[in-house]
Amino acid sequence: MSSEASQFDQLVAAKYKHGFVTDIETEGLPPGLDESTVRAISAFKEEPEWLLEWRLQAYQHWLTLTPPNWAKLDILPIDFQAISYYAAPKQDKDRPQSLDEVDPKLLETYEKLGVPLHERARLAGVAVDAVFDSVSVGTTFKKELAEVGVIFCSFSEAVKDHPQLVRQYLGSVVPVSDNYFACLNSAVFSDGSFCFIPKGVRCPMELSTYFRINAAETGQFERTLIIAEEGSHVSYLEGCTAPMRDENQLHAAVVELVALKDAFIKYSTVQNWYPGDENGVGGIYNFVTKRADCREDGAKVSWTQVETGSALTWKYPSCVLRGDNTTGEFYSVALTNNYQQADTGTKMIHLGKNTRSKIITKGISAGHGQNTYRGLVHVGKNAADARNYTQCDSMLIGKTCGAHTFPYIEVKNPTAKVEHEATTSKIGEDQLFYCLQRGISEEDAVSMIVDGFCKEVFRELPMEFAVEAKALLEISLEGAVG
Amino acid sequence: MSMILEVKDLYATVEGKEILKGLNLTLKAGEVHAIMGPNGAGKSTLGNIIAGRDGYEVTSGEVLFKGKNILELDTEERACEGVFLAFQYPVEIPGVNNTYFLRAALNAQRKYRGEPPMDAATFLRLVRKKLKVLDLKDDLLKRAVNAGFSGGEKKRNEIFQMAVLEPTLAILDETDSGLDIDALRAVANGVNALRGADRAMLVITHYQRLLDHIVPDVVHVLADGRIARSGGPELALILEEKGYAWLQENDSVAVENS
Repeated sequence: MSSEASQFDQLVAAKYKHGFVTDIETEGLPPGLDESTVRAISAFKEEPEWLLEWRLQAYQHWLTLTPPNWAKLDILPIDFQAISYYAAPKQDKDRPQSLDEVDPKLLETYEKLGVPLHERARLAGVAVDAVFDSVSVGTTFKKELAEVGVIFCSFSEAVKDHPQLVRQYLGSVVPVSDNYFACLNSAVFSDGSFCFIPKGVRCPMELSTYFRINAAETGQFERTLIIAEEGSHVSYLEGCTAPMRDENQLHAAVVELVALKDAFIKYSTVQNWYPGDENGVGGIYNFVTKRADCREDGAKVSWTQVETGSALTWKYPSCVLRGDNTTGEFYSVALTNNYQQADTGTKMIHLGKNTRSKIITKGISAGHGQNTYRGLVHVGKNAADARNYTQCDSMLIGKTCGAHTFPYIEVKNPTAKVEHEATTSKIGEDQLFYCLQRGISEEDAVSMIVDGFCKEVFRELPMEFAVEAKALLEISLEGAVG
Repeated sequence: MSMILEVKDLYATVEGKEILKGLNLTLKAGEVHAIMGPNGAGKSTLGNIIAGRDGYEVTSGEVLFKGKNILELDTEERACEGVFLAFQYPVEIPGVNNTYFLRAALNAQRKYRGEPPMDAATFLRLVRKKLKVLDLKDDLLKRAVNAGFSGGEKKRNEIFQMAVLEPTLAILDETDSGLDIDALRAVANGVNALRGADRAMLVITHYQRLLDHIVPDVVHVLADGRIARSGGPELALILEEKGYAWLQENDSVAVENS
């Protein structure tokens, strides 16, 4: 055995396998942001007047805001004028009517990413909407979904085809003025996915959106809106990747979920934006506002996220438990390696009676990674018999990383029961030695230990995603121990 | 009888402090040796150095395993060569299934030996057979590695792993500590079931009581970093009666180990 001081000291960059750039003609806006940018985006998308007004109102409000600085993140100043707010693969004036008309290079890109869009090779039983830079390039299984009344399309299409639904629900969960990045998104959002599950329908397949940033100096500002009507049921998955570039790219998304009476929405994310290189150069700045409104009695929303990418993650998928007997869940694995930073967690806002929430988070830090859990459990004064259970576990690999936990608990009703458990462990030399002594290699030992640590979260993921998430963790941890 | 382990004039330090000071020890196939001695004498250090734990520096001397210089091998290679350490404090690995862990270990060792991996069904049959021999419950297989195990269950799990991995040299590091009499008996039965002509065992213990159940061929007393005395099982009884202080009064008559 080597007598090195520690086997954890050698850190090698993880290999990011989605770092390729697709050579495709794009059209869009030059870098810069002012009112005309907002008008131009709206014009590109041929939006109705009310939506332009909504955007402009957001933009005006955004000008009055300052970036939040409370997160435990070391953020380089973001030059909002250096970013292009709209980029789209150039295509013929008439939008492609089917996937057969989509540029083959784009389809190839998604094949490479393991997301085949083509009718022949689609993932069995998963409807996919693919968003490339600022626009959606194709949605699969539309017809099959329409037969049961489920609407699953790009946000832009929804604005055109279902304006009344969009108008009714847009901004109803995350208001324009909610926070700095949500406000910016409201002004300049480009595309995203829209789902509507009608009353009593159990969506017959998983719905999935795959986001890809390709163009340089481009921000991605997508907007997702999911509405589940009374008694409906839907499972939605989201995945993201980007090329390797030396500059930081901005991603500021807003996701709104509306769950009506007894509806259930399961929302899973595998976030694998480019994390930057081993010296912390480049990578995506990921500022995301995700919130669910359990608007009526008996609604349930479950968030599951696996965050392995991005140079910086600022994300707190939340549940407003407005109706009585509503339930919110949050399962999270966040991994930071090299110089990645993550400040992530959730907010569970208990307003209705007999509301339940559960938070299980697993933070893994390696290299110089900094991993923060930040969570709020709020029990309002009318939320009689609210229950929360929170478990935050952190794992440290090596000696140069950090894990931090900031749980906020506000209880205004004496009948509430709130439990919080937190642990921090090191992949100790002990655990590693134990595995090695049984003949298991160091690399296998680390991935086994980490996988075990994340098990409670992985088992919440749909099958295909669980496999992907596990593989992703292994890649992201490659070389984390010498 | 072939040589399994030869420790020759071994000197070793931990964090700059000299712990082993010229230790000699030889184990042949089929033998069970016990190592006794007071706290801090270097008993666990010896086991850890043979197994290849970090933080121990060998300053001089040799450790040969089946004639091979084992100090040049990585920890996992030593394991694959057939060195097994039953831990004094077995480590918990939450979320990792015991069966999965053990199969990963067995297949890593098989790969090292150039054998094909054992499929799940064959492995399960093997495991059930070993459980029966050791009189262990089935539910051990479904649980995470040592997570939430009682002290006795952890120690039994070590012996169970040993039974499945079938090492050439088994080092039991204070396997009796923290066990009640029933658990002690179960562990000892497990160990005895594994005694065999091809295998050597090094049983590190504080107390004689374990040796009532696992009767050794040779007992060594380790004091101040070297073997102070060696003898038959009766040596353990004398120690039990007179204490380690007795050694210091008679330390000139150290018997060479056979």
